[in-house]
Amino acid sequence: MRNAFANEVTELARQDQRVVLLSGDIGNKLFDDFKRVDPNRFYNCGIAEANMMGVAAGMALSGFRPVIYTITPFTTTRCFEQIRVDVCYHEAPVIIVGTGAGLSYAELGPTHHSLEDMAILRTLPGMCVMAPGDAVELRLALRAALKQDHPVYIRIGKKGEPNIHAQLPELEIGKVIRVQEGNDVVILSAGTVMPEVQKAAELLKVKGISVEVASAHTIKPLDETYLCSITQRFKLLVTVEEHGLIGGLSSAVAEWRARENSQIPHLSIGTPDEFMHEIGSQEYARKKFGLVGEAITERVLAFFN
Amino acid sequence: MNRPNYAVIEERDPAQLNDLKKRANLLRWRIIETSHRANIPHLGSCLSCVDILTALYFSILKIDTENANWSERDRFILSKGHGAPALFQVLAMRGFYPESMLETYGEDGSIFAEHPPAPRELPGIEAATGSLGHGLPLGLGMALAGRIRNQDYRVYVLLGDGECNEGTIWEAAMLAAAQKVNKLCVIIDFNKWQGTDRSQEIMALDPLIDKWQAFGWNACEIDGHNLQEILTTLENLPANNKPTAIIAHTIKGSGISFMEDDNNWHYRIPSADDLSKAKAELKLEVGPL
Repeated sequence: MRNAFANEVTELARQDQRVVLLSGDIGNKLFDDFKRVDPNRFYNCGIAEANMMGVAAGMALSGFRPVIYTITPFTTTRCFEQIRVDVCYHEAPVIIVGTGAGLSYAELGPTHHSLEDMAILRTLPGMCVMAPGDAVELRLALRAALKQDHPVYIRIGKKGEPNIHAQLPELEIGKVIRVQEGNDVVILSAGTVMPEVQKAAELLKVKGISVEVASAHTIKPLDETYLCSITQRFKLLVTVEEHGLIGGLSSAVAEWRARENSQIPHLSIGTPDEFMHEIGSQEYARKKFGLVGEAITERVLAFFN
Repeated sequence: MNRPNYAVIEERDPAQLNDLKKRANLLRWRIIETSHRANIPHLGSCLSCVDILTALYFSILKIDTENANWSERDRFILSKGHGAPALFQVLAMRGFYPESMLETYGEDGSIFAEHPPAPRELPGIEAATGSLGHGLPLGLGMALAGRIRNQDYRVYVLLGDGECNEGTIWEAAMLAAAQKVNKLCVIIDFNKWQGTDRSQEIMALDPLIDKWQAFGWNACEIDGHNLQEILTTLENLPANNKPTAIIAHTIKGSGISFMEDDNNWHYRIPSADDLSKAKAELKLEVGPL
């Protein structure tokens, strides 16, 4: 996903003179092509993310379309006030990209985990929050974000995430992409956990449960049209995200259910209200928190039993 | 004091200086009167930077009040956003909006409150400040944007000395030096106080000029109430590839004897009696500016 980001942002910079890339002292080699496009539009802002966010807002207020890139906690929780005031209150069209979101950097410990980013950024007026499911969705999300005139936050994985789409999908901000159709259960998946959701759908099929899978690549604004359309068609709505259960996709859907007084049962799958103290791979962390196909399957089966 | 070395100190037209002094005086009165009427604090902080604002808006800044968003304009950011009562008055006097608009100051629904709003909400405002430490990163972004486009404008950012407690000031200072952003100019309203105590007691600010120089900036010290010195310094910014920091020594509450260097005026609202005493001290002249 990192490489897809680097390639896409380079292509966008080639096409659009307003695109400026700011990096928090990571991925320097990754952006060599970008620098070849225009060295004056690449800024390594050092390990100073709060300043980087303000600088990006200042550039956006001067007509540029800055894209900020660093590891997720440092471009979100670290500089939340700069995002709130400099970016959102000023309606500055900054694109904030958090790499290694969720448990991508599980082995680096809780300082590098990001299980709160969607929650806090979703609270900010005017902020769009996106979690593309794979590199293809990421490229399309970047293109769509550049067409917005307000801030967009995009959380991405690191590298090697499998592609989930057989064909190039159409991506519109605030509209889910249906990955497969089904009749009994609908699973909304945010971000790179999608392959586990697809695996769960396969396992549930064997058990005679037909699953519709949709990529909720945009958490804010939520695709309420889609949500309204599914309430009569399915027995269960499941949300899956590599993010805490407080404030992310699950919360957004729960808020929608309360507003609409929707009666569809909702099963939330995400991480609990705790830090992961031990070290492990992303696979280990996903297993620990029940974010793998088998565990998702069991949760759904438990609902029906 | 490390005063700047000017190649030539030109004799300034006394009429210009007199005009600026009259404006600064009138601004002081309007700020104090508004504070009393609308219950707006931070009087001491406003009075310490009013001479700097007067010099900038009536002599230095390349701006067009008829076209506030002119892309080649100089940018000014009041990073110490609690000085907004002074900024609102100077923008009105400069003609960005009618002075009568300020009659709503402090009322429910008014745009004029304790801090500058977002730029879209009031002409002449470049950044919504108030949370300290934001103006310099924003200004640096604006200066870099100008450089990418080969534009000639300068960006001036006014900081408080208390504001220099914020880490983002020093993050921005390092990046500005690394990027050799010579169109960026910081002015520090160094009144030696912050909200609750002497700025030196709270965060060991001194030696402030050495800090800026060590961070790779041109730095000099001036008397922040001497209009001639403010103007000459701003008109002669160094022509090298460094950003410049001007440490303006100021007096909190400057211009009103019973407010000067008394930190109670950070929050205190002047009474009717204070108002008449201040008016007498300012010896306001009647007639057009």
